[in-house]
Amino acid sequence: MNDSLRTSNLLTIGDLSPEEMEGIFRTADSFLDLSSRTVKKVPSLRGKTLVNLFYEPSTRTRTSFEIAAKRLSADVINISTSQSSVVKGESLLDTVLTIEALGADGVVIRHPSSGVPEWISRRVQCHVINAGDGLHEHPTQALLDLYTIQKRKGRLEGLTVAIVGDILHSRVARSNILAMTRMGIAVRLVGPPTLIPKYLGDWKVDVFHDLREGVRNCDVVMTLRLQLERATASFIPSLKEYAKLYGISPAVLKEAHPDVLVLHPGPINRGIEIQDEESFREHSGILDQVHFGVGIRMAVLYLLMAGGSKGE
Amino acid sequence: MIMSDMSDGTSFFLKNVRLVDPAHGLDEDGDLQVEQGRVVSYGSIALPKDGRIPVLDGTGCIVTPGLVDVHAHFREPGFEYKETIETGSRSAVAGGFTSVCVMANTDPVNDHPGVTLDIIRKAQDIGLCRVFPIGAVSLGLKGETLTEMGALTQAGCVGFSDDGYPVKTSRLLRRALEYSAIFKRPVIDHCEDRDLSDGGVMNEGWVATELGLRGIPNASEEVIVARDLEVLKTTNGRLHVAHLSTAGGVRLLREAKKRHLNVTAETCPHYFALTDEAVRCHHADAKMNPPLRSEEDRLAIIEGLRDGTIDMIATDHAPHAPFEKEREFDQAPFGIIGLETALSLGLVLVQEGVLDLGTLLYLMSVRPARVFGLPRGEIRPGGLADLVVFEPTGFMEAGVPEFRSRSRNSPFRGRKLPGRIRMTFVGGRKVFDCGEGKR
Repeated sequence: MNDSLRTSNLLTIGDLSPEEMEGIFRTADSFLDLSSRTVKKVPSLRGKTLVNLFYEPSTRTRTSFEIAAKRLSADVINISTSQSSVVKGESLLDTVLTIEALGADGVVIRHPSSGVPEWISRRVQCHVINAGDGLHEHPTQALLDLYTIQKRKGRLEGLTVAIVGDILHSRVARSNILAMTRMGIAVRLVGPPTLIPKYLGDWKVDVFHDLREGVRNCDVVMTLRLQLERATASFIPSLKEYAKLYGISPAVLKEAHPDVLVLHPGPINRGIEIQDEESFREHSGILDQVHFGVGIRMAVLYLLMAGGSKGE
Repeated sequence: MIMSDMSDGTSFFLKNVRLVDPAHGLDEDGDLQVEQGRVVSYGSIALPKDGRIPVLDGTGCIVTPGLVDVHAHFREPGFEYKETIETGSRSAVAGGFTSVCVMANTDPVNDHPGVTLDIIRKAQDIGLCRVFPIGAVSLGLKGETLTEMGALTQAGCVGFSDDGYPVKTSRLLRRALEYSAIFKRPVIDHCEDRDLSDGGVMNEGWVATELGLRGIPNASEEVIVARDLEVLKTTNGRLHVAHLSTAGGVRLLREAKKRHLNVTAETCPHYFALTDEAVRCHHADAKMNPPLRSEEDRLAIIEGLRDGTIDMIATDHAPHAPFEKEREFDQAPFGIIGLETALSLGLVLVQEGVLDLGTLLYLMSVRPARVFGLPRGEIRPGGLADLVVFEPTGFMEAGVPEFRSRSRNSPFRGRKLPGRIRMTFVGGRKVFDCGEGKR
């Protein structure tokens, strides 16, 4: 089985063909088998150094990458902006060049500015993995979302997914729209007009402003985190009204497929984008997303960085 | 090309050249004689036999009035690491410009005659292109208090602008238009509703959606153009709209001219040469404000140039140091350099057949000089010998070996463009020769 990738960086979902995504899922399958063993490590990335460079606060993504890399026996260094020379005014490029000069084989980068991973990748030799850039993309999140859907639904092609909420400011939505449409999923975008991009270009999506209509007969409802400051910037009048119009509740889910799967990239604003989750727990895939995220990130790191066969 | 050295430095005989002066529809082959900074005669004239003035061969070249740029940033005083009056002047003459207006957003701001006089004196000492300062509309560009426009005019300012920012309020704009009318100087506005731009960093459109970058809608420009035109109507002032970039802006200007409002407008080469697609590969070197727009806007700008709605081409030459541009796209400053690529980008339109050569040169020299009351070259006896000699069928590779500007933030860098500037003359004195070294 050859699941190798043509790319040496993961910057956008656009870097991956459907076959490559399936290859990542197969590789994740074999790594997840590992997590049920007592010794959860393989030596695939022994001797390699991975730097987690996070310019934004993150718990689950950073930890997920760290666990994934450690299970592959890589050495992992975490750098977050509050404790680095960034606070001394060092430029991003200087920081990254320094990290490379120190001998990093790969950099996992999260940054509030869109396009940073791509820009960095053109200036360094080491592998660059996008862990979320501004409003642009979060490719490993999309991969783990698709993987979760495939695990829970048994397939991807032919499903209908409603992505609900702040599409405009969501890198998770952008990566998922690209990944899902590539895998034959029908994508609906649901939200107020202020939070859906006006220019949708090549995206093959349907737009709904009415939540119940938007989720009707959907196989999957993916709701996004609402940044609380959107209300002060007049994208929405208030969190209360947003919750009323776009919050996922048991009543709303009645419109969807009886076996609907609910996803959320986290962290959740309970009572805003998701209400009464306890009452539809059996439909929730949220903890699966976290669990599968480690397998997906192991697969991505392995396929990008191992540079040899898995059993080496 | 140079047959002998200059004698008094402001006289020469240019032979076998195509003479183009759009001010009076001149386009013919012949020779040109310049003495002491003035055109003496042109056409089929005899070569002076006494050898007292140098003879230059213009075979394959066009000689035309030197280009005039009403919108550049030379960054001095205050930002000499980006550009100086000297490097800006070198960049200008290398691009065929003989007169350049420089914007007020220096540090200190050109809101005081002392700053104006300093700029003029430095430019004269350097002695390359003619430099005309534009004064600020408001003290410190703050949008609150009018500058002393009388004193600034007396010191040499040829117009007023808070460029970089729009004139902040309708009331201030009204007062500025009314007051500047005393001195018959235009108010130049950077038309942008900052509130509507809302931190945007590129054109709002599909490319911005895909790249995840915040968009600046066309309405940001159109809203302020509309405001300015309605305010203008209540005054006797003169309004000049800087760097027009949108189809809607062109439409508003066209209507205003039908209503005979006292308004003129400029666009810049990048708005007719590129669209927001360029942001995909050029990163911050394709970042300027207003941003590169859609193809529909680009075509509307060209139509505006063709039908005279847009009066002139200006560069908005805006140098920034590499370390400022080589960073996160949304954090990098707006602006690109343009003096050394402007004529070539215009020649692309001529090659494509959308603009004829005479119109292009009119938009780049005659018209801007007239609107801003600047000296300009004229190919007629007694005309000022501010001239550019260029090879229309030649090519240049932008920024290779290096721009004369201190900065190199150009999305055209490395691109092969038509036209090659051979020589530039200011007052008959050769200030640029492509055959000579960089500096």
